[in-house]
Amino acid sequence: MATKNIMIVGVGGQGSLLASKLLGRLLVDEGFDVKVSEVHGMSQRGGSVVTYVKFGDKVYSPIIEEGEADFIVSFEKIEAARYIKDLKKGGTVIVNTQQIDPMPVIIGNAEYPANILDEMKEKGVHVDDIDALALASQAGSAKACNIVLMGRLAKYFDIPREKWESAIEKCVKPAFIEINKKAFELGYNN
Amino acid sequence: MKELMIGNAALARGLYEAGCSVISSYPGTPSTEITEEFAKFNDTYCEWAPNEKVAMETAFGASLRGKRSACCMKHVGLNVAADPLFTMSYTGVNAGMVICVADDPGMHSSQNEQDSRHYAIASKVPMLEPSNSQEALDFAKIAYEISETFDTPVFIKMCTRVAHSQSITEKGERVEATKEYTKNPQKYIMAPANAIKRHPFVEERTAKLTEYAETSPLNRVEYGNGEYDFGIITSSTSYQYVKEVFGDKVAVLKLGMVNPLPVKTIKDFAAKVGKVYVIEELDPIIETHCKNIGVDVVGKEKFSMIGEFSQKTIARAFGLEDKENVCLDTEVPVRPPMMCSGCPHRGMYYVLAKNKITVLGDIGCYTLGSMPPLNALDMTLCMGASVSGLHGYNKAGGAETENKTVCVIGDSTFMHSGVTGLINIAYNQSNSTVIILDNSITGMTGHQQNPTTGYNIKGDPAGKVNLESLCHSVGINSVRVVDPYNLEECERVVKEELAKNEPSVIISRRPCVLLKYVKPKKPLYINPDKCRGCKRCMKFGCPSISFRDKHAVIDNTLCIGCGVCASLCPFDAFESEGE
Repeated sequence: MATKNIMIVGVGGQGSLLASKLLGRLLVDEGFDVKVSEVHGMSQRGGSVVTYVKFGDKVYSPIIEEGEADFIVSFEKIEAARYIKDLKKGGTVIVNTQQIDPMPVIIGNAEYPANILDEMKEKGVHVDDIDALALASQAGSAKACNIVLMGRLAKYFDIPREKWESAIEKCVKPAFIEINKKAFELGYNN
Repeated sequence: MKELMIGNAALARGLYEAGCSVISSYPGTPSTEITEEFAKFNDTYCEWAPNEKVAMETAFGASLRGKRSACCMKHVGLNVAADPLFTMSYTGVNAGMVICVADDPGMHSSQNEQDSRHYAIASKVPMLEPSNSQEALDFAKIAYEISETFDTPVFIKMCTRVAHSQSITEKGERVEATKEYTKNPQKYIMAPANAIKRHPFVEERTAKLTEYAETSPLNRVEYGNGEYDFGIITSSTSYQYVKEVFGDKVAVLKLGMVNPLPVKTIKDFAAKVGKVYVIEELDPIIETHCKNIGVDVVGKEKFSMIGEFSQKTIARAFGLEDKENVCLDTEVPVRPPMMCSGCPHRGMYYVLAKNKITVLGDIGCYTLGSMPPLNALDMTLCMGASVSGLHGYNKAGGAETENKTVCVIGDSTFMHSGVTGLINIAYNQSNSTVIILDNSITGMTGHQQNPTTGYNIKGDPAGKVNLESLCHSVGINSVRVVDPYNLEECERVVKEELAKNEPSVIISRRPCVLLKYVKPKKPLYINPDKCRGCKRCMKFGCPSISFRDKHAVIDNTLCIGCGVCASLCPFDAFESEGE
């Protein structure tokens, strides 16, 4: 199988590490060659963060470059826009409609581009937007946004839901499994 | 069992399986997880040292005693450890010793992008360079074999993309390996009479290692199907990018050992493939070697010395078309990293910025105090430089600078190399005010214990350096402790200490809010009837506070209820739940 590329983007601290851990686990269990790449350190302090997940018969480069991503899963609106150049033609953006102001907006040096998702759609990008924060809260924890988004991503894959759920069980502390399963289901069905 | 592992975890596993029994390191991105992962093994010894020099000497001592050892650091840490390195090359080792060093091309988390391979060449120490996690694990075992066979410490060089990328890795079993220690002054006492005799040994060793490099499986040729009529010499993560672009269509000489470099292997490869490109990040190390041995190659005229590569860098250099993509017309505002909501450093920076004090900074989370809106820093150079730099600044500036300049340094950085600068301030008496931002942890690298925290790498109780006593005992008479959440106290004490005609230390003490034992309070909210939109709270630069429709608002998913912002509001608009 040709390599598939997924980017997980968001704001440092939003939980993209668990999402990539879940994907990595799932895809290894499915028998693929997998690479997952993230940058630690400075970029985690509330900055823009990106994780690359690549899988297929044989994966070489751990990173995803312009025009290569099959999916961008974004935890925040403008983060989807920041990395849209990396989306493959015909690729899909799954985006949490949450708005988190970056510091230049907070201090009034820049405006938050309010209609950025509409612009993406006008440019022909397949945008699948979802209020993951609300669904996560409904599942029992605002922190489960990441798993809501994984639930939505799962709809685009042929991998059975049980496999995803089993990967959640392996990646999440026992006390949080139920909340995360619920979050996954809400992402999948809404 | 096969599993996904980051390069650093795989390297730790490899060191463990090879029988490494002692690791001493100082944290630094992207090297930190090697030591953290190794600390999870129970039958070995592992520690955080105060700095990389101490770590390397500790590992050397363990090797001398007969246990396989290692030390791990980031590229700039190797500058700190360079002193023992160059002479360890002369002494060689008893049991095997590995030095893990992680470069950061692209400077994701570093102050420069120096190329550690220069150190391998300069110190005449062999260097291995894995390109994925499995190689990191395997190379660790080979490194110990080389170390003991050739009587030398051995480098394993990582880079951000190898260190922090997960790929599928297969674990093995640990072997035990120990040596007897016997006294050998000619080998281990590097006084001139002995060192003079050891230098020829080093040169002979390099010749033997070059022979080894010719036949070692670390360096391998993949001729491919010959679709392209040229060859590529590469190593590390660049190898992965080359394969991504060309697959099996091009001949590749993949180097796993980058010092010393083979001669015959390269000449043979070049003779077979004709035109040769060298693709290596940062400096032209392999390229220069090729040219020195008379092999004509294309290198840095086509591939930059600056930043990271990717498959795109390589595709473009060979004239391959860019992939189709979408670009938006709207500019997306940047989202730089920043100090967290409730970060204790912010209060002290607010006071320093408000009073327009010149601030010499250091390396850590608190370097982020340089960002808007606080813009509180004037200088950041390297670990410890804030303290020694302040001394020089005040010696040069005298009365003009002494009462309006401070330096800031974190607790871990102060232990690393700030204390020597403070000793210089006390000894040579500059009228300097040093602020130790003590958040009781090594923050930026992801919460490592240090000599001031009272816990060791495993989280067990350990010795604890008392900062106040330390400062007093080196000769600082005026040592004050403040709470950075108390802006009034901070401002008063900073002004008082700057006004004094003697060296002083202010310890700004409050634990990092991300520590598990720091329990967040309920988020504050802003009463819109009271908020008059004066934006005074916005000058604090807290990521929880933003401005919507003429009022400041608090993001309750980010706010941890520290309440410092409330003390800035002239209209008492900040309220906590229940009020």
